[in-house]
Amino acid sequence: MNAPAPAAAPAAVFPDPVAEAKISAKNVSVFYGTKRAIDDVSIDIPRSYVTAFIGPSGCGKSTFLRSLNRMNDTIPGARVEGEILLDGEDIYRSKMDVVQLRARVGMVFQKPNPFPKSIYDNIAYGPRIHGVTGSKSELDGIVETSLQRAGLWDEVKDRLSDSGTALSGGQQQRLCIARAIAVDPEVILMDEPCSALDPIATARIEELIDELRGRYAIVIVTHSMQQAARVSQRTAFFHIGKIVEYGTTSDIFTNPREERTKDYITGRYG
Amino acid sequence: MSPAVLLLLAFGLGLVGWLAARSRAWAFRRAAPGGRIHSLPNFHAWYVALWIAVPALLFAFAWNAISPGLITQSVLADPAASVLPAFGFERDSMLSEARAVATGSAAAVFNTEAQGLVEPFRAAILRYEAIGLIVTVLIAFAGGAFSFLRLTPDFTARTRVERAVMNLLLFASLVAILTTLGIVASLVFETARFFSMVSPIDFLFGTHWAPDPMSSGAVDGKQFGAIPLFWGTIYIGAIIAMIVAIPLGLMSAIYLTQYASNGVRQVMKPLLEILAGVPTVVYGYFAALTVAPAVRDAAQAIGIASASTESAVAAGLVMGVMIIPFVSSMADDSIAAVPQAMRDGSLAMGATKAETIRKVLVPAALPGIVAGVMLAISRAIGETMIVVMAAGASANLTANPFQSMTTVTFQIVAMLTGEGSFDHPATLSAFALGMVLFLVTLTLNFIALRVVKRYREAYE
Amino acid sequence: MSDSFEQIQAARRARMQAGLARRYAADRRFRLLGLSAIVFSALVLAFLLVSMTSNGIAGFQRAELRLTVPLKGTVLIDPSRLAQADPLGGLESAGLPMAVDGAADQAFGAGGAGLLGNSAWRDLGQAIIDKPAMLDQPEATVSLPASDDLASAMRGGGEPALQATAKRLMNEGKLVRAFDWGFLVRSDATSPQAVGIWGALKGSMMTMLVTLLLAFPVGVLSALYLEEYAPRNRWTDLIEISINNLAAVPSIIFGLLGLAVFLGLFPNWRSAPLIGGMTLALMTMPVIVISGRNAIKAVPPSIRDAALAMGASPIQVVFHHVLPLALPGILTGTIIGMARALGETAPLLMIGMRAFVASAPSSFVAPSSVLPVQIFLWSDEIDRGFIERTSAAIVVLLVFLLLMNGLAIYLRNRFEKRW
Repeated sequence: MNAPAPAAAPAAVFPDPVAEAKISAKNVSVFYGTKRAIDDVSIDIPRSYVTAFIGPSGCGKSTFLRSLNRMNDTIPGARVEGEILLDGEDIYRSKMDVVQLRARVGMVFQKPNPFPKSIYDNIAYGPRIHGVTGSKSELDGIVETSLQRAGLWDEVKDRLSDSGTALSGGQQQRLCIARAIAVDPEVILMDEPCSALDPIATARIEELIDELRGRYAIVIVTHSMQQAARVSQRTAFFHIGKIVEYGTTSDIFTNPREERTKDYITGRYG
Repeated sequence: MSPAVLLLLAFGLGLVGWLAARSRAWAFRRAAPGGRIHSLPNFHAWYVALWIAVPALLFAFAWNAISPGLITQSVLADPAASVLPAFGFERDSMLSEARAVATGSAAAVFNTEAQGLVEPFRAAILRYEAIGLIVTVLIAFAGGAFSFLRLTPDFTARTRVERAVMNLLLFASLVAILTTLGIVASLVFETARFFSMVSPIDFLFGTHWAPDPMSSGAVDGKQFGAIPLFWGTIYIGAIIAMIVAIPLGLMSAIYLTQYASNGVRQVMKPLLEILAGVPTVVYGYFAALTVAPAVRDAAQAIGIASASTESAVAAGLVMGVMIIPFVSSMADDSIAAVPQAMRDGSLAMGATKAETIRKVLVPAALPGIVAGVMLAISRAIGETMIVVMAAGASANLTANPFQSMTTVTFQIVAMLTGEGSFDHPATLSAFALGMVLFLVTLTLNFIALRVVKRYREAYE
Repeated sequence: MSDSFEQIQAARRARMQAGLARRYAADRRFRLLGLSAIVFSALVLAFLLVSMTSNGIAGFQRAELRLTVPLKGTVLIDPSRLAQADPLGGLESAGLPMAVDGAADQAFGAGGAGLLGNSAWRDLGQAIIDKPAMLDQPEATVSLPASDDLASAMRGGGEPALQATAKRLMNEGKLVRAFDWGFLVRSDATSPQAVGIWGALKGSMMTMLVTLLLAFPVGVLSALYLEEYAPRNRWTDLIEISINNLAAVPSIIFGLLGLAVFLGLFPNWRSAPLIGGMTLALMTMPVIVISGRNAIKAVPPSIRDAALAMGASPIQVVFHHVLPLALPGILTGTIIGMARALGETAPLLMIGMRAFVASAPSSFVAPSSVLPVQIFLWSDEIDRGFIERTSAAIVVLLVFLLLMNGLAIYLRNRFEKRW
C-alpha cells in the first residue's frame, strides 16, 4: 500500500499527492510567550492513513500535535500563527467552536489519564456531555462498540462499574483510546501513547492503531523510530521546530533525502 | 534578685568561659604540628560556655520556682507569724500583703497584723536570694572548671557541642507534645472534678442548660444538660456557616483557579487572604452591630415576630463569611492537586470548561474538598468571638434560625469570666465543654488530615 | 450497513449541534456564579473596611469646648512644685479646676462647668506641666473635652434642652469636633470622651514580644529537627501529629490550658502580658513549625549534598546553608502567625485579660489589656461614643495587621526562589 516517493517539493511545503488531506497546516508557527516552538510549518495530513511525527526531544512535535485540536489554548501564553485547515475550515478562525473541534479531533495522551470514575462512565463521559445519545440503550451500545474497537471489551465487560484507574497501564491507555473513539471523532491525535507502557502493552496498542486506520485519520507522535516504521504510512521528521522531511514512511526510513533525517534515523543523534 | 539579674550573671560567666576556652584552644592550635587540632577553637569555646551557663540557669530556674515556698515556710516558722489567723483567705491575704511590702511593690500594709511579718519576710527573702546567688555561681564555676580542664588538642569539642545542639532541637520539637499533653491534662483533670459533681449522663444528654454560678449547696445535675449547647454549636457552625461558606468558597476557588486571568488572580488572592486575616473580634463586632439588627429587621419584615437581635443566623452568616477564604484555599489546593492530564483529557474530548470542572475536576478533588470542609467545620465550631458577641446566651433548643442560641464556646467564656468561684460546678463545666470541643475538633482534624494525605499520595 | 452507520452518525452530529448553545450557556452561567462568589467576598471586605473606617474616623475625634481660662493671678503655684511628684495634685490645690469651671460658666452660661468632661482640667494641667511658662500668661485659650452627655447631644441624642445648648454652642463656634491625638496616648477610661488605646496597644506589643521570643526559636528549631534530623519512627510521627493537630485546635482551648497551667503556676500574674504571651506562643508555634518545614523542604538537596561533600557536619550543613536559605520563608510564616496572635481574643479572655486597666502596663507581669480585648470590652458599651471609639480601635488593629500581612507578602515575593 505504500505509495511511491513523492517528488521533492519546493520550500517547506509537503503536499500529499496520494491521499486527500484531512488536515492541512499552512505556515504554522507556535509561540510560548516570546519563545518560538514551531517555526513556519506546512503539512498535509491524509484522511485515512496513520501519520507519525518523529524527531528528537524538544523538537516541537508534541507542540504541533496539540495545536491540531487547540489544546495549546489551555497553556497560558501559548499563541498560534498561520492556519490549520480541517476539511478546509481554519480551526483558529474566531468563529471556530473549540468544543466541537475537539469532538471531531480527539486526543490520547502520553500518560494514560482515565478519569477517577467507573470504566463505563469514562467511556460514556464524551457522549453524555455532547448529548449525542437519545437513550440509555444507545449509550450502552456506544460504550460497548467503543470498548470493542479499542480491543478492551472482553477484558472489562464484566466489571464496567470498576474504577478506570484500577486497570493496568496498557488497559488504561486502551480505555483512553476507547474514550476518544466514543465521541466518534474524525481524527485521533496520539501523543507518545506508548511511552509509559511495557513492550507487551505497546504491541497491543500498535495493533489497535493498525485496526483503527481507515476509519479515522490518526496522527501519532513517537519517540521510537521502530514504532513509527511499524504503525505509520506517512512520517514527518521534526527538528528544532521545523519539519525537515515528510513523506511515505518507507521512503523516510529507507531513502531519506535529507542528511539530518538520515543522521537521526541511523541514531547519530536524538 | 530578679530573674533578669540571674540571666545576665549566667550569660556573663558563660562569656568569660567562652573567651578563656577560645584562647586556650588557640594556644593548642599554635602549638600543634601543622596548626590543626580536632575542633575549631570556637567549638571549644562553646563547649565551656554551655557547661557554665546551662546547669547554672537550670538551677536558677528551679530555685526561682521553689524559693517562694521556702520563704513562706521560714516566715511562718518565725514567732511573729503566731498572730496570723489559722486558715483561710485572710491568712493568705495577710501573707501576700506582707510580701508585697517587703519586696517594695506596695507602700504599706492594710492589715496591721501583717506589719509584724514584713521584717521576717524581708530577711527570709534576702537569705534565700543570697543562697540562690551563691549556689548559682558555684555551679557555674564547677561546670566551667570541669569542662575547661577537659580541653586538649584532641578534644572532640565539635561533636559534643553538636550533640548539645541536637538535644536542643529535639527538646524544641518535644514542646509540641508537651503542649498537647498540657491541654489534655488540664482538661481531663478539671473535667473529672466536674463529673464527680454532675453525672456525665446528665451533662451529655440533658436538654436543659441553666447553671447558676452563684448557687451554693447541693448541685442540681439537671441544670447541666448540654444538648442545647451542642445543637447551637452545630446549627451555627456546621449548618448555617457552611451553607454560606461551602458554595461561596468552592466557587471562588474554581473561579480563581480555572477562569480568572492572571491579573484578576493576583488581585483577588491577597484579598481573600486579607479577609482571612481579619481578627474574629472584628467579625464579631460586625455581626453584632451591623448584621444582627439587619437580619432581625428583615425577619420581622417578612412576618417572623419571634426574631431576636441575637440570632443564630446572624452569627452563622458572619462565621460563614469568615470561613470562605479557608474553604477556598483548601479547595484551591485540592483542585490544583488533580493532575493536569485529567483536565486535558476532558477538554480534549470537547468538554466545556464548566463540564470539565463539574464532572471531572471536582469529583476527582472531592476527597480533598471534603477534608477541607471538615477542617472548616472544626474551625467554625471552635470559633468564639463571633458567637460571644452575636449569638446570645440563652440555651434554646430550636430550629428557628432567627432565635437566640448559645454555643459551647460561648458558655466556656461565660462560665470562666463570670463571678463564680473556681470550685463551683458551673465554672468547672467550662472544662468539660472544652473537653468535648477538643475531642470533636481533634477527631475532625485527624480524619481530615488522613484523608488529605491519602488523597495527595493517590496523585503522586 | 455503511449507510445506516452514516445516518446514525449524522443524527448524533445533529444532536450535538443542538445541544451546543445550551452547553455554552451553562458554561457562562457557571463562570458567572464563580465570579459572583468572589465578588461577594470582595464586597463584604469592602463593606467591612468602609464601615469600620467611616465610624473609626469619628472615633479619632472628640467633642471639645473652646474657652479662655485665666491663669496668672488665678492659679497660684510655685513653678518648682511642678517638677516634684504629683504635679497635677499641686495644680489641683492651686485652684486650677476652679479656674476652669469658672471660665466655663462664664463662657457657656450658667451650668457651663457641667458641660465639660469630668476631669477636663487635667488636660490643661498636663499642658501647663509640659510648658510651665503658660502660668505667666494672663490667660490661655484651650480646647477641653466636653462631657459625654454634651457629646451625644451634639450627635442629636439625649435631652432636647442639652441638644439646644449644643446647637447654640456649635453655632457660636465654641463646641467643635476635633481630631483627638490623645486617643493614641491615653488608656482605658469609663467615659468615651476620655478613653485611649495606648494601654491596650502597649499591652499587645508586650504580649507579642513574649510570643515572638518563645514561639520563634522553638518553632524554628523543631522545624529544623523534624525536617532535617528526625528519624522516621513512632516518636516523630507523634510529634508531627501533635503539631498538625495543635495548628487546628480552637484557640479557646489554648486559653483553657493557659488558665489551668500557667495561671495555676503563677496565680499572681493574672492578665499579665507574660502569661498572655506564653499562651499565644503555644498557639503560634505550630504555625511557625509548619511554614518553617515547608520553607526548609524547598531548599534543594543538592545544596546539602554539596556542603556534606566538603566535609561539613550535619549541624554545620543546616546552620550554614539550609537555615539561611529557608529563613525568608520561615519569617513569612512567622509574621502570619504573629498577625493571627495579635488579633486573637478568646484565649486571653480565659486568662483574665478582661479587667478594666486604666493605665499602660509597666512591666511584663503587670495587669494589662490588649487591643482585641479592648475592642471586645468597648463593644459591650451602649454609648454611641464607644461605638465610634471601638471602630477607631479596630482601624488601629487592622492597620497593624495589614502592615504585618503586607510585610509577609513583600518578603514572600522578594525572596521567593524557584530552584
